[in-house]
Amino acid sequence: MSQNNNENKKTLISIKHLYKVFGSNEKKILEQVKTGKSKDEILAETGHTVGLSDINIDIYPGEIFVIMGLSGSGKSTLIRHFNRLIEPTAGEIEVAGSDVMKLKEKELQEFRRNKMSMVFQRFGLMPHRTVLQNIGYGLQVQGVKKALRQQKAQEWLKTVGLEGYGNQYPSQLSGGQQQRVGLARALCTDAEILLMDEAFSALDPLIRSEMQDQLIELQEKLHKTIVFITHDLDEALRLGDRIAILRDGVLVQQGEPVDILLNPADDYVEAFVKDVNRARALTVETVMQPQVCRISSETIGEAVLQMRKSNQDYGYVVNDDGYQGVITQDTLENVEKSDYSNVIDLSLLTDVPAVQNNALLETVIPDMLDNELPLPVLNEDGEVEGNLCRSTLVDVLSEQPNVEEKKQKHA
Amino acid sequence: MSDKSWLSEIPQLDRYQLLSIRKTLDGAYRSFSREYGDSIESFFDPLLSFLIWFEKLLLGTPWWLVIAVLAVFAYAASRSWKLTLGVMAAFFLIGFFGMWDNTMRTMSIILVSTMLAIIIGIPIGISMARSDRVQSIVTPILDVMQTMPAFVYLIPVVMLLGIGKIPGVIAVIIYAVPPVIRLTNLGIRLVDKEVLEAATAYGANPMQRLFGVQIPLAMPNIMAGINQTIMMALAMVVIASMIGVKGLGQPVLKSITNQYFTLGLLNGLAIVALAIIFDRISQSYAKRTLQNFGGN
Repeated sequence: MSQNNNENKKTLISIKHLYKVFGSNEKKILEQVKTGKSKDEILAETGHTVGLSDINIDIYPGEIFVIMGLSGSGKSTLIRHFNRLIEPTAGEIEVAGSDVMKLKEKELQEFRRNKMSMVFQRFGLMPHRTVLQNIGYGLQVQGVKKALRQQKAQEWLKTVGLEGYGNQYPSQLSGGQQQRVGLARALCTDAEILLMDEAFSALDPLIRSEMQDQLIELQEKLHKTIVFITHDLDEALRLGDRIAILRDGVLVQQGEPVDILLNPADDYVEAFVKDVNRARALTVETVMQPQVCRISSETIGEAVLQMRKSNQDYGYVVNDDGYQGVITQDTLENVEKSDYSNVIDLSLLTDVPAVQNNALLETVIPDMLDNELPLPVLNEDGEVEGNLCRSTLVDVLSEQPNVEEKKQKHA
Repeated sequence: MSDKSWLSEIPQLDRYQLLSIRKTLDGAYRSFSREYGDSIESFFDPLLSFLIWFEKLLLGTPWWLVIAVLAVFAYAASRSWKLTLGVMAAFFLIGFFGMWDNTMRTMSIILVSTMLAIIIGIPIGISMARSDRVQSIVTPILDVMQTMPAFVYLIPVVMLLGIGKIPGVIAVIIYAVPPVIRLTNLGIRLVDKEVLEAATAYGANPMQRLFGVQIPLAMPNIMAGINQTIMMALAMVVIASMIGVKGLGQPVLKSITNQYFTLGLLNGLAIVALAIIFDRISQSYAKRTLQNFGGN
């Protein structure tokens, strides 16, 4: 999920020093905001609401960037600045190298038609148009011929799994189906950037996670740049490559999901993080211990030496085919010295299942309970990368405030 | 104003001052109508010839054809056999009781007035919806139009254009246009903000927003406005007959002055029948366009 190679990539969307003040005299109040007066002070003194204050965001191509915050934190205001549905009071918005703030009315229309599409919380479907006509709306606005429009709409309808519903009206569909139509409409214009404003928040939990799965699946194929707004941290952690947390119009933390989960920047973020189901949010890799005894020798004698050296009472036996199983010190000591030149026999190994480093903690719990020995963690190439023992897992899941610290202590 | 009487009596202009105000205004208006009356009248000539043509068309068409055409309209709008049969029976009875020609005349003036009211009203309603300032100017004018007794604005219209069809149509429109304006404005303002935002986000220009989203979504309200406009136009039939508009209003007027109860009743019932028919047809049309909205 995480991408550390962002530094080498060019930013696709770049927002710098963005401010938004709501009220009759935005510009004048802006000066007060910049001098550091709080939102409440300004509201009390001038009646102006500070929507956003000094927002700086860089978004890279192909990532899902989640903006999270409670209601009133300004997240929906922020996303509407990306395509200038709301005019900022001050600041720069740059998309793919062009300055969005400088676009004139007509250019802005073109920009909205081709560069970005949007999915709305309450779907924003047109009740007087059929599902198919709704999906093709973006193309119709662009002036695409009807036949082509319908054909494309039909394809996307199929992609989101609503084949056969094309001639229904939105009111005839369920909420989840309506939002699929919303998603298909957004994808139909082939825009590079997808803005999703609390797109799944109005859906009930089961449908929501279904939609999240579908989005992840689509994203694997399409590699869009997605800006996703949500108030649900679980959703943010699940979808986001990077997450930004907004509070009262201020960006309090920005980073990869693990950073936010393990190192919350302040009390606000911590309060958010507290309720998260860590078993579902963290992967094995983020909590495993990298120190393991790998037994790569062919013979039992060498294995005994390797194990003594590592000071552990068990070791993971690996060969060219990868991980084979666990061998414990007890087993090795029971072997007669005369057999030391023998090749390690499979019968000596205890069968402990391995887990993948990108698996969610939730999925490894059953294996963890079945085996007393720590589970080996494998990387993408099947090499043993570390281990995961019960105590670590329990520590992480039992809401200890700072796991990172513990991890260091263990080491 | 004598020294203390203003406490017990309201301060008042004296008769001569009042008279001179009236004389000045009347005189100014009279000379205005003398000056421009003809050119204003000729401005309305195309409308007059259209009115006459339409009336002749309705009168010249054989009765069974008119009923057939109306039945087709009724069915196309409502998809209901009951309503269609009702329309046919009502028109047959109207003819049977000798009111066919007057009904056709009334229908022609109502239809033309309604058409004009829609043509004038919808754009005004749209501009009201787009700007709060326009709304704040137009709303009080509509209030005046709706509450001012019809006779009052008949006076200047008649002074300017004399009696006849055109002043009749103008009077009917003044009386009947406010609902369609108000409900167009309301309908557009009530359009779901998120749907409109979606259109904007996909790069729709103002015209695409208006014709692709706002008007279609405001349609149920606009249709309700049109329905009200038709009803109010019918209500004006009798008053319009006082300035020489022929139709069902004239026999009613005659009945009042001569105390012909039955004649008045029959013609009144014919007006009611027209009203019910127009109402049901336009409402069921509105309901059918509405079906896809909101309802599950």
